[in-house]
Amino acid sequence: MSVLAIVNTKNGAPTKSSLEAASYAAGVAAQNGTDAVAIVAGELNSADALGAAGVGRVLHHAAAVTDSGQWAKLTEAAAEAAGATCIVSSHDHFGRAIAPRVAVRLNAGLVAGVTHLPEGGTVRKNVFSGKAMADVAISSEKAVYTVTPNAFGVSNAGGTASLEAFSADLGQAREEVTGFDAASGDGQVPLPEAELVVSAGRGLKGPENWGIVEELAQAMGATTACSRPVSDIGWRPHHEHVGQTGITIRPNLYIAAGISGAIQHLAGVNQSKTIVVINTDPEAPFFKAADYGIVGDAFEVLPKLTAAVQALDS
Amino acid sequence: MNLLVCISQAPDTTSRIAFTNEDREFDSNGVQYIVNPYDEWYALVRAIELKAQQGGKVTTITVGGAGCDPIIRKALAIGADDAVRIDSEPTDALQVARLIADYATGKEYDVVLCGKETIDHNGAVVPAMLAELLDCGFVANATHLEVNGSEAQVKREAAGGEEHVKVALPLVLSAAKGMAEQRIPNMRGIMSARTKPLTVETGSAEGGTRIERFALPPEKGACKMIDADNAEELIRLLREEAKAI
Ligand SMILES: Cc1cc2nc3c(=O)[nH]c(=O)nc-3n(C[C@H](O)[C@H](O)[C@H](O)COP(=O)(O)OP(=O)(O)OC[C@H]3O[C@@H](n4cnc5c(N)ncnc54)[C@H](O)[C@@H]3O)c2cc1C
Ligand SMILES: Nc1ncnc2c1ncn2[C@@H]1O[C@H](COP(=O)(O)O)[C@@H](O)[C@H]1O
Repeated sequence: MSVLAIVNTKNGAPTKSSLEAASYAAGVAAQNGTDAVAIVAGELNSADALGAAGVGRVLHHAAAVTDSGQWAKLTEAAAEAAGATCIVSSHDHFGRAIAPRVAVRLNAGLVAGVTHLPEGGTVRKNVFSGKAMADVAISSEKAVYTVTPNAFGVSNAGGTASLEAFSADLGQAREEVTGFDAASGDGQVPLPEAELVVSAGRGLKGPENWGIVEELAQAMGATTACSRPVSDIGWRPHHEHVGQTGITIRPNLYIAAGISGAIQHLAGVNQSKTIVVINTDPEAPFFKAADYGIVGDAFEVLPKLTAAVQALDS
Repeated sequence: MNLLVCISQAPDTTSRIAFTNEDREFDSNGVQYIVNPYDEWYALVRAIELKAQQGGKVTTITVGGAGCDPIIRKALAIGADDAVRIDSEPTDALQVARLIADYATGKEYDVVLCGKETIDHNGAVVPAMLAELLDCGFVANATHLEVNGSEAQVKREAAGGEEHVKVALPLVLSAAKGMAEQRIPNMRGIMSARTKPLTVETGSAEGGTRIERFALPPEKGACKMIDADNAEELIRLLREEAKAI
């Protein structure tokens, strides 16, 4: 009856969104008076971070697995070994390819992108691109949840986890990773995981003006983003495009300069904890969705903010 | 090449979101439905391009009621050859995936293309479920697809960049931005769509979840305005009040 977290690693350490999934698994386990178990494949330096997140046992498959079908088989085997009836993964690139396959194998209902622990027989998730929420009940015996990044947080229960070797018959791989193109903007936290985001739109007038956006981002340790027209006309790379048709983010802080706040843009950012809008037009719709606003010229305001951030830490 | 494109309908992105029946149902009153953007702009268009390059056939499939027919005709106008609708009001992703898989099994599709997610339910789960049901390789959030013989070269979104993946056919993928460019149907396409075959099939399958109720997010409090001449004040508030930095 335990709860199993599917954990992705990078350079031998669990990713942040996987630690969030592990924390969520521990939360569900605590509700049911049972234990959280994690399944990990490939290089793992230590089980400490998972233990701290509340996991009691880490099942470790020594060889890395990159094929989503093999991951699903590994998860099914781990669920069986751990007696798990509830499986949790991150709702990111990793979890989205694996959790649905696991749901099929276990004949389990899946709630994708949960933001809160189950309560009163249902679990909450966002729908309509953050414009509403739904409370969803599982009607099958087993359950699979994927956890929205930056929604639940990493808990620090301060426990320790045992590390156990685990293997299973994974069959043939069909997907083979052959290369990687790193997005430019090196050194930045990838957008979906970023806690701080500085974003700009058509109000910046041209790609040559992005220096002031990058300087503020750098001063804050933030990641840069942009509106869709800006990436469509090639002022900024595609991977910076946030919104309905781009990436959905949920940072602690989203600063938007020269973005009008069209509904499709808001769909990707309206779950940010704090929103700051800088716009010359006091009627810009974005102010309605903002926590803090400055009516002003981005070309003057952004450098002032950069200086103020630098002054904070000096 | 035999290509299947999963097309769903979604409320227009500017729709007012409201609920009826004690918040148990989406209020579709006055809502305009569109083809889910990822399905139309990326999955469908790339399938049509591949057919133009290598020959074959593009079929769309939709699980839904007769109300979906207009968006299916639009997909035919853009360039799909024929369409199937599984006549069922879907309530759950597992149910949708099972209905599509039941139809597709034994029909030897080389590639099944889906959108990366529906903009109403935001699940992003049907495609990978389909891959498991059809026992195929899978790529989520694909931004690029080439097919050579019995193999596909795909790029996909990954943390910090794009990954290149080689996958044996048959393959299921979910399409994201970059895969293709949106196409506006022309007059000839719209005319020919009227006579292209749209087959309606019946089917039933179990799902695994049930939406109990919807809720709207709490209203945002008023936006606190800061004078542009005093922009530094914002940074102080972000640290001391919002505790965001
Ligand atoms: C189906 C669909 C999907 C879409 N998906 C997305 C999406 O995912 N993401 C997205 O962003 N958009 C999306 N859009 C487009 C969206 O509707 C808007 O057109 C877009 O977000 C506008 O971008 P913008 O705010 O940068 O530009 P504009 O709307 O042109 O706004 C520029 C703003 O800058 C302000 N400004 C001008 N000069 C200055 C200055 N010096 N200082 C400060 N402010 C200044 C102006 O007052 C204005 O408010 C989508 C549209 C559709 C139809
Ligand atoms: N009712 C449906 N009929 C056909 N395809 C669908 C349906 N629902 C979802 N899909 C496909 O699955 C993708 C992901 O949907 P979802 O998992 O609901 O976010 C969509 O972009 C479609 O390609």
